[in-house]
Amino acid sequence: MASSPTNTNTPTDMNTDMTASNVTISTSQLDIGHGLHTVAHDINMQMHSGELLVLIGTNGSGKSTLLKTLAGMIAPIRGEVAVLGARPGGSPRRVAYLPQHPVSSHTLPLRARDIVAMGRYAHLGLFRRAQKADRLIVEDTMQRTGATEFAESPLRDLSGGQQQRTHLAQVLARQAEVLLLDEPTAGLDLSGKYAIGEVIAAERARGVTVVLATHDLQDAESATAVMLLAQRVVAFGPPAQALSDDNVRACFGFTQPH
Amino acid sequence: MISQFALLEPLWEPFSSNAFLRNALVASSLVAIICAIAGTYVVLRGLSFIGDALAHGVIPGIAIALLFGVPGVVGAAIGAVVMMGGVSTITARVRLSSDTAIGLLFVGMLALGVIITSWSTSFVGDITRILFGELLGVTAADLGWQLLVLVVVAGIAIVAHRPFVLMSLDDGLARTSGFSVKFFHGLMLVMVAMAIVGSFQLVGTLLVLGMLIAPAATGALLARRVSTMMLSAMVFGVVSSYLGLLASYHFDLAAGASIVFTAVYLFGFVAVLTIPRRLRGHGELPHQHEHAH
Repeated sequence: MASSPTNTNTPTDMNTDMTASNVTISTSQLDIGHGLHTVAHDINMQMHSGELLVLIGTNGSGKSTLLKTLAGMIAPIRGEVAVLGARPGGSPRRVAYLPQHPVSSHTLPLRARDIVAMGRYAHLGLFRRAQKADRLIVEDTMQRTGATEFAESPLRDLSGGQQQRTHLAQVLARQAEVLLLDEPTAGLDLSGKYAIGEVIAAERARGVTVVLATHDLQDAESATAVMLLAQRVVAFGPPAQALSDDNVRACFGFTQPH
Repeated sequence: MISQFALLEPLWEPFSSNAFLRNALVASSLVAIICAIAGTYVVLRGLSFIGDALAHGVIPGIAIALLFGVPGVVGAAIGAVVMMGGVSTITARVRLSSDTAIGLLFVGMLALGVIITSWSTSFVGDITRILFGELLGVTAADLGWQLLVLVVVAGIAIVAHRPFVLMSLDDGLARTSGFSVKFFHGLMLVMVAMAIVGSFQLVGTLLVLGMLIAPAATGALLARRVSTMMLSAMVFGVVSSYLGLLASYHFDLAAGASIVFTAVYLFGFVAVLTIPRRLRGHGELPHQHEHAH
């Protein structure tokens, strides 16, 4: 389906392909961590197309580890995990991952638009030339994240927030079916946070499953499910249930005001 | 009018009246173009240190080749393969920080190269040629080798441009885009090794890193796109070759060192010129407040 390089995945053909019961991410007795060090045990979940899973926890709680495991960047320690029916990392055209604080070297001579266009490389491979459809996708995603005004500026001249908008546009330009976003609102002002909220809502309406890591409890309001992590799964369920005072205290520690 | 031309004559006369200098200019321009292509990715990806290690790693291979009367290029190629294996093993397995281990590997290879050369009867001449190059004795066969290297290096760059650029932004991005980082990292090392093997005879193994990095880094200071960076690196490299050879002819200086010194000097010059622009650029950002977090 998304294997065609110029497939623009309109909401209609996405919805006919993906019924409400379509499982996009499933894990069973999953232990995640780095090498021999397990960060969180026994994660069991099933996410469907159009759903939003919000991962909440402090630094080092396991949010990023879970996202990296789903992206296929690190291997699971134990248990089962499938993304779009394949092993993590097995469908690069259909899964897009926004890492936390993406590296930005000062010597890189790349304009914001070039960075966003790199989001199409998963579809284009080594040799296929970018088509008009690819360029339209790049312009459209920059519009949506508010990156158009500095499209011609080199990455090294952009502020942290502008870089973040650029990297988010790159991730969206892949037009994936699963989006893995590690703190996409970090470093953004209120208008940037609002823009990202709009983007996530639009992607979900398209049938995309979004997994979002954040410190910010407000980001969880519109979620299908919330997972509170503190080197273990503190709570997992619908926001109203998972975000109880007790759970939040257990997740952020006793000094956290609530 | 004539007197004006006469004044400028020292700029081209050495090349028009000396075939060996013309050959040297052609060869060093080829080296500049090869190094601009490979060096662009070395600078983008921050591989200067590994490039230096490769350049030293070829020394024992060249020394052994010369000892047995085999072309130095063959020995350099074998040395580069051994060194790449060493660097990859170290990066994958050694628990010491990899820069310590790679640093030890390359200084060890340098020492080994000097030891092997010391067996040869013309020790001083051989080691000097290996370390600092032999720009003024370029033969037609050397030019042929360099053309071949240019074709291979350019071919790798054309095939692997996308993964190389993704990797210079972030290895993880290349992996999640469906490109094997292991494979393309290896291919980049092969490209760098080819550039070194194709260049060492002219500028020497100690100085080849300068040709690899200085013009590309100068291009990075000025360019907004990778393609412009690579093109300006070629221009800076060729200009350095010309100016270096000219200086070497008029003032009787070591040719390879003059070229590399010119390339590094140009980098310093452009870096100083662009400092104000870069600082000003950061002060005028419309979204500066987004830094606050």
